[in-house]
Amino acid sequence: MRGIISYGGYVPYHRLDRRAIAEVLGSGSGRGFRSVANYDEDTTSMGVEAGRAALASLAPGVHPASLYFATADPAYLDKTNATAIHAALALEPSVFAADMAGSVRSGAGAFKAALDARQPAMAVLSDIRTGLPGSGDEANGGDGAVAFVCGEGDQVIAEYLGGASATEEFLDRWRIPGQHASLGWEERFGEYVYVPLARQVLANGLKATGTTAEHLDCLVVASVSPRAARTVIASAGVRKEAIADDLSATVGNTGTAHLGLMLADALDRAQPNQLIAVLLLADGADLMLFRTTEAIAGYKRTSTVAEQIASSRPVSYASFLTWRNFLVREGPRRPDPDRPGAPNAFRAEDWKFGFSGSRCQACGFRHLPPSRVCVHCHAVDQMASERIADLKATVATYTVDRLAFSPAPPLVAAVIDFEGGGRFNAELTDVDPERIGIGDKVEMTFRRLYTAQSIHNYFWKARPIRRAS
Amino acid sequence: MSSKGIMDRVAVIGMGCTEFGEHWDKSVDDMLIDASEAALRSAGVTIDQIDAFWLGTMGSGVSGLTLSRPLKIDYKPVSRNENMCATGSESFRNACYAVASGAYDMVMAIGVEKLKDSGYSGLVSAAPTSDGTASGTSAPASFSLLAPAYANKYGVSMPQLKEVMTRIAWKNHKNGALNPRAQFKKEVSMETIANSPLVAGNLGIFDCSGVSDGSAAAIIVRAEDAHKYTDKPMYVKALSFVAGPSRGPVDPEYDYTTFEECVAVAQDAYQQCGITDPRNQLAMAEVHDCFTPTELVLMEDLGFSKRGDGWKDVLSGTFDLDGELPVNPDGGLKSFGHPIGASGLRMLFECWLQLRGEAGKRQIDNGKKLAMTHNLGGAPGNCVSFVSIVGSAPGL
Repeated sequence: MRGIISYGGYVPYHRLDRRAIAEVLGSGSGRGFRSVANYDEDTTSMGVEAGRAALASLAPGVHPASLYFATADPAYLDKTNATAIHAALALEPSVFAADMAGSVRSGAGAFKAALDARQPAMAVLSDIRTGLPGSGDEANGGDGAVAFVCGEGDQVIAEYLGGASATEEFLDRWRIPGQHASLGWEERFGEYVYVPLARQVLANGLKATGTTAEHLDCLVVASVSPRAARTVIASAGVRKEAIADDLSATVGNTGTAHLGLMLADALDRAQPNQLIAVLLLADGADLMLFRTTEAIAGYKRTSTVAEQIASSRPVSYASFLTWRNFLVREGPRRPDPDRPGAPNAFRAEDWKFGFSGSRCQACGFRHLPPSRVCVHCHAVDQMASERIADLKATVATYTVDRLAFSPAPPLVAAVIDFEGGGRFNAELTDVDPERIGIGDKVEMTFRRLYTAQSIHNYFWKARPIRRAS
Repeated sequence: MSSKGIMDRVAVIGMGCTEFGEHWDKSVDDMLIDASEAALRSAGVTIDQIDAFWLGTMGSGVSGLTLSRPLKIDYKPVSRNENMCATGSESFRNACYAVASGAYDMVMAIGVEKLKDSGYSGLVSAAPTSDGTASGTSAPASFSLLAPAYANKYGVSMPQLKEVMTRIAWKNHKNGALNPRAQFKKEVSMETIANSPLVAGNLGIFDCSGVSDGSAAAIIVRAEDAHKYTDKPMYVKALSFVAGPSRGPVDPEYDYTTFEECVAVAQDAYQQCGITDPRNQLAMAEVHDCFTPTELVLMEDLGFSKRGDGWKDVLSGTFDLDGELPVNPDGGLKSFGHPIGASGLRMLFECWLQLRGEAGKRQIDNGKKLAMTHNLGGAPGNCVSFVSIVGSAPGL
């Protein structure tokens, strides 16, 4: 039996109220909220957050042998982005990591690659959805990520029953590399092409697994064409209560990540022995069928998709535009930050990406960053590496820095002390400067601090532990 | 730490100090020439008599050529020193040791910094290529961490602490108003200080030292030779410098209410010359008031106030110009700004004027003959520090 053995969704902290777009632009409409990646997040960093959640729920002793990263908004081209995720998740060097980047359908590609692999395999799906100001893409898109670890044995919480695919070459949505907004053909044309493909894969997939639509406990439909999705759902023959929430009112369409994020939300709610169909409409149609197992009843999650949706902070439309580079604003009268050095980052990989410190084996003092000489007992080269990334910390003191360079001033910094020892001067993110205080609990999150001379400077920040707001 | 010191082995026979400020019309070369010429005139010597030079600058030039080129020094040793905000003091320390060693008869220590040409707000320094993980916080943010920690530890409310910080800024600007060389030569009301726009934490603009250009220089000889050049030499009693292990940023035990490096350097300096009660033995102290909470914490670290009492002493005027121990009588970094390489020597210049009775409206007349200068460079828990003790007569 092969299937999903762990998963984790990631919905970023910020929400844009769609009414704010019309308030500023004077036109457009729309209700509900879209999720917004913070200024210091990209598809790679969000992929790390989702990957951490999936690994946290993984049974001890199970290790993915490969990592497939899918996004339509890669942070780098030419250079693999999955390697940064691999490093931040502290995976072994022997773990294969590759991107499937560029299109929404890459998400299905990475997921199927992990499902079809012969060893435990991880799929990380992540996307940041943008569109020109006032566009439907801008309002209806959402940012998010999800990760699945697929494998075999007792840990399988959702058995992969197989599926069906239909591939079609036609112009529905497209974008030339370097463009910031996608173009689309008339939606009625997309509907015309997608609907028969969807019906075909549903029929073929259900038949192959010996079931019918009315037996589905959950139908997840992610689609680049909302119109096509509506038509397919209406005529699928699925019980009404089995149709999964498409998260459009709370998150928006997260593109490459969306089939996975909707499935994660469905798995959060699923009982054992339920039949779940996942259908993606993007340059064709792809169906994947799962049956949940008894193991899902005891499955431990760090937090559900619904919990993350409930834990949020509003972002203004002006900040949203600024964070996505649609609005270029005057910076502080300070020099731009230097790009990190490639050899420096390479040497410091365990620290910069893995957030591993060192503990003195002579006296037990923990150092962040790792140090060869102990500041406490001065022992030399008696250190053992320790990953700190998943430990909680407490704010010892903090400041709000209105002078320092930050893509979104003011910069909030705190001295934080970790459980089990170790102190670090952290930059805070996803934080309200008015609401931080000594003694607050924080957790680490992987972020893109800034980009200088086309180098993304990835490192860890601290954030207040997320609670429903 | 054991340091023998060089008490009364060397003395300053002349000093020069430019006006500090936004010198749009002066280059680094101009300021070096102005400060060195003033020091030579003050000592009544010519540059040919100087055997060796120590130049302190953090970023206004590299190598001894930064000094030898504008001054046209003919083939003599010029060392260029850098030790963050203690850079100027460090050039003085090394120059003194060179004379004490017997290697040279007469040397010059000179510091310079041109900050205003950068066009940026605050301090800007070039850093080596890094892995990009170092904290990006500004200097005021680093020092602003002291305020809530101090308030929390000693049960002072944040509004009360702001009052203390405001009084420090007010006092230093009041002193600076009496100083023709200061960048800011006017008093600033407590209301203006307290309501100035926030820079970091609860630090307003007026809780931060200014950004300026400046230069200062000293000429040093063996103490027994000093009276050949002046009736009123300034004797060097103690020089101490330490660099810390950077414990604060990594050790949860560090509580951001002290600079351990400053405690160590003060104790060493006091031990070198036998000072046991600095508050009563010193005529004055020039301390590193880069930000107002720094000066508050220093009052305790340098042994002027008991732990937890510094804020009360500040409020009661202990460190005012007419107080028990005047601190920063020249106006401090608050009034002068902080051209890094020059600041330590600028502080010594005030000692020079005060100990010789040449400080004009700022003259302190408390009958004491010892003065102190202090710098720190870096951030709380992670710094270098310097202390000098100088005096107007041999012995204590």
